[in-house]
Amino acid sequence: MTLTTDETRQWLLEFSKRIQEQKQYLSDLDQAIGDGDHGSNMARGVTAVEDMIKDDSLTKPSEVMKKAAMAMISKVGGASGPLYGSAFLDMSKIIDEESLPEVVEAGLNAIKKRGKAELEDKTMVDMWGPVVEALKTDTLTQAFIEETMEATKPLKAKKGRASYLNERSIGHLDPGAVSSGYLFIAMIEEVGKND
Amino acid sequence: MTKSFGVVLVSHVEELAFGLYKLVKEGAADTSVTYTGGTDEGGVGSSFDKIMKAVNDNEADDIYAFYDLGSAKMTLEMVSEMSDKNIEIMDCAFIEGAYTAGALIQSDNKKEVIDEQLKPLIIK
Repeated sequence: MTLTTDETRQWLLEFSKRIQEQKQYLSDLDQAIGDGDHGSNMARGVTAVEDMIKDDSLTKPSEVMKKAAMAMISKVGGASGPLYGSAFLDMSKIIDEESLPEVVEAGLNAIKKRGKAELEDKTMVDMWGPVVEALKTDTLTQAFIEETMEATKPLKAKKGRASYLNERSIGHLDPGAVSSGYLFIAMIEEVGKND
Repeated sequence: MTKSFGVVLVSHVEELAFGLYKLVKEGAADTSVTYTGGTDEGGVGSSFDKIMKAVNDNEADDIYAFYDLGSAKMTLEMVSEMSDKNIEIMDCAFIEGAYTAGALIQSDNKKEVIDEQLKPLIIK
């Protein structure tokens, strides 16, 4: 099953809503192990996403996703801009033809390539990787996403600003994994609900 | 155009990019050097649009690009993938790499010579 244009749009709008609601929380998480701007950077990005995808002339999921990619690339200002942007861009290339597990996997691969991160580096990959596996086995739930967020806590950061903290990065949630979690909670809510 | 290559400098901080630009131009008066730093709002970070502009404003089509930290590199990579210009992103020490490239381009060295002399400055 491929996504409809409307599902794609609603998914991203719900993602934006959740990011804006949790803006302060995301920045607080980032304050503990990074530079404290993940919430405000992401909020700026998703606000631009909303503006770009409202356009009624977008008739394909790929067009919506590509607009979202360009908004994230242009407006976030921190590392999550090129990471989310690359993910959305590669997802846009197959979203018209492929179903959700393949689409999200394309996003995962783009993030790995751009950020040179692997599983357990305490990054977004630690959300996207498990979500792809769960999608493939049709076991993705909100509870699974929340557990996956928690699972970043004991990890030691190997990429990004948090990696300079070494052992002291242990015991904190990864902000990028949490914001990615909101993307997938939004996906569960909005994709397939009209089936 | 006077030289075969241009230099693009990308920092997280606008003043840092401008400072390095002044330094590089000391050894590369006739070489096209463009720079950018920070976010669209002037904060610390990187801006796709500003980096794209620095690339477009450069007179050369073949560009050596230097950056300070990781997320500037990621944004630079995205610009490089979407630009028609040929951009080589150099993982060199920011200051030493950019200065060396500028001076070597200024004195009309071949690409192989430039690459060879930048190699020991690769630190990331």
